[in-house]
Amino acid sequence: MRVAVCIKQVPDTEARLRVSKDGRWIEEEDLRYVVNESDGYALEEALQIAEGSGGEVIVVSLGPQRVQEALRKGLALGAARAVHLVDEAFQGGDAAATARALAAVLQNEDVDLVLTGSQSDDAGWGSTASMLAGHLGWPHAWLVMGVEMEDGTAKVTREMESGMNEVFRMSLPAVIEVQAGINHPRYASLKGIMKAKRKPIDTPTPAELGLDPAQLGAAGSRIEIVDVAFPESGEGAEMIEGDASTVAQTLVDKLQNEARVL
Amino acid sequence: MAENTIYVVLQHRDGKLHRMSREAIAAAQMLAGTIGGSVEAVLLGSNVGDLADQAAGFDLAAVHVADLPVLESYTPGAYVNVLAPVIREASPAFVVFPHTYQSVDLVARLAQEIDAAYVPEVVSFEASGDDLLWRRPVLGGKLQARVRVKGEGTVFLSVQSGAFRADDAAVAPESGGVAITPLAGTDVSSDRELLGVEQVGGDQVDLSKADVVVAVGRGIGKEENLPIVEELAAALGADIGASRPVIDNGWLPRDRQIGSSGQTVAPKLYVAVGISGAIQHLVGMKGAQCVVSINKDPSAPIFTVSKYGIVGDLHEVVPALTEAIQAARG
Ligand SMILES: Cc1cc2nc3c(=O)[nH]c(=O)nc-3n(C[C@H](O)[C@H](O)[C@H](O)COP(=O)(O)OP(=O)(O)OC[C@H]3O[C@@H](n4cnc5c(N)ncnc54)[C@H](O)[C@@H]3O)c2cc1C
Ligand SMILES: Nc1ncnc2c1ncn2[C@@H]1O[C@H](COP(=O)(O)O)[C@@H](O)[C@H]1O
Repeated sequence: MRVAVCIKQVPDTEARLRVSKDGRWIEEEDLRYVVNESDGYALEEALQIAEGSGGEVIVVSLGPQRVQEALRKGLALGAARAVHLVDEAFQGGDAAATARALAAVLQNEDVDLVLTGSQSDDAGWGSTASMLAGHLGWPHAWLVMGVEMEDGTAKVTREMESGMNEVFRMSLPAVIEVQAGINHPRYASLKGIMKAKRKPIDTPTPAELGLDPAQLGAAGSRIEIVDVAFPESGEGAEMIEGDASTVAQTLVDKLQNEARVL
Repeated sequence: MAENTIYVVLQHRDGKLHRMSREAIAAAQMLAGTIGGSVEAVLLGSNVGDLADQAAGFDLAAVHVADLPVLESYTPGAYVNVLAPVIREASPAFVVFPHTYQSVDLVARLAQEIDAAYVPEVVSFEASGDDLLWRRPVLGGKLQARVRVKGEGTVFLSVQSGAFRADDAAVAPESGGVAITPLAGTDVSSDRELLGVEQVGGDQVDLSKADVVVAVGRGIGKEENLPIVEELAAALGADIGASRPVIDNGWLPRDRQIGSSGQTVAPKLYVAVGISGAIQHLVGMKGAQCVVSINKDPSAPIFTVSKYGIVGDLHEVVPALTEAIQAARG
């Protein structure tokens, strides 16, 4: 099976965030970036499916130059090739614009399956992959916690709320949107990292994909961020200050005598 | 374009409207109040006459019902087949969905199909000049963004759990006043063959009745660090819970997960250790009577739902707290 994986690079969840000067996003300089959490699980799932069927994995990402690092990671883990939508026209798009670009890449790739994450840890649209499936005209499933290939179909386990899963069969090709926790992602080996340096990364332009730049990136988006802000912090929360033992003493006192929960 | 019509697509389970469907009705009604419009509900299913009557109990201009055997269980294929022509034809200004795992599976696909704009996870909205601004969490809930929609056409919204109050959904002034109209369904087919529903991870530890919960998040860093939290839990006589990444990493079993895809708890005391407070976690614990959070990030959203907050390194604060509790308890 030929499997494509869409991976997005996002700020590390550990990163200390600051609002950018124009107030519309975060300060991106000096941030550490990582592969989006659920995308890392999707990548592992793709590698396992390809290994099980003797196929290969292609990693695809839309984003600025820094995203090459995420793609190299995918290649180091075992993907054969990468596609990087790095052209300026692709950048800054909403889910619909990003899906349009990813679809144009995947239409040209002869793949049986596209795996993605379920939600990005930055924009968090939870939409890009389902919209991509719409462009391809393939079935899709969000929040997938299990995939088994069976006679040219996929048996899929999908998470529901309240600790239940639903299990169903869907036809291939399909877009399967993986939820974090589906497997145990591997680490890259030194050999893998060395090999990755020689693997190809294609960088098609909008024109090469037959796309109109007006339909892409920020220009092609319907949703625009006006501003971002930290939540109104501590509304009602009493912040207890001091060194560890003072804080602990004060808290225990408050839990006993004020909140009366101890 | 029906300038002022707002559709709300209702979800149901076991013959009842989902709580979040009522929240979505409340949101749609509030939006109608802001733009001066009216709300019509859409209901999909099989043998859903009773549900249609339930829906007609709310203050709505109409309830449109697609009652077809193929809609017995949810599949995105059949739902899109039904909803796409209906929404295209009626061209409402807005379509409101509850932001449930079922809706999110569906809404983006439907938006793509009919070229609607989609704003997911709306927690509030406000008018600003001629624009409406929609507030939604970004960066795992660490920040809130206000977004606007550019261009013409129907706008989809999904409203996050708890953002609008189910009790605020206005009921119909007099019973029987809301028209229930059937929707034609032609060429509707499912794109999934349902094989069954199963409980995650078999037998579950039931945390829903726990009096005290100590919940640990990714801030703990690694599995080897868990004992400091276990000692705190022992001192408090608490059950241990966790945020999703702790479970996904295999540090604790799945039945310890608290949140939208885990358990819902409502203890007297909830101690959140190294948990940032993403919305999917908050929906599982915000019924707690007293929340204490320990986090090194002063702007962590978990503090917004806490009674007491401690900014500091959990490796220092947690052992000190354990000691203080042991001392207090003698
Ligand atoms: C559909 C869906 C369903 C989901 N369901 C759930 C669910 O049921 N439950 C759930 O929890 N999540 C769920 N999630 C994931 C959720 O979005 C968040 O990713 C998750 O809750 C984050 O967990 P966390 O707070 O432990 O980690 P992070 O967000 O990474 O936060 C770690 C926190 O630890 C703090 N920290 C780090 N080091 C220290 C230290 N030394 N001392 C003190 N503090 C420290 C950091 O400041 C940070 O605030 C779901 C996501 C999706 C998309
Ligand atoms: N810029 C991107 N490049 C590659 N894949 C992406 C990109 N944006 C989103 N995706 C994929 O779509 C999923 C859902 O993202 P989102 O709709 O932003 O929540 C992610 O988990 C990725 O697999």
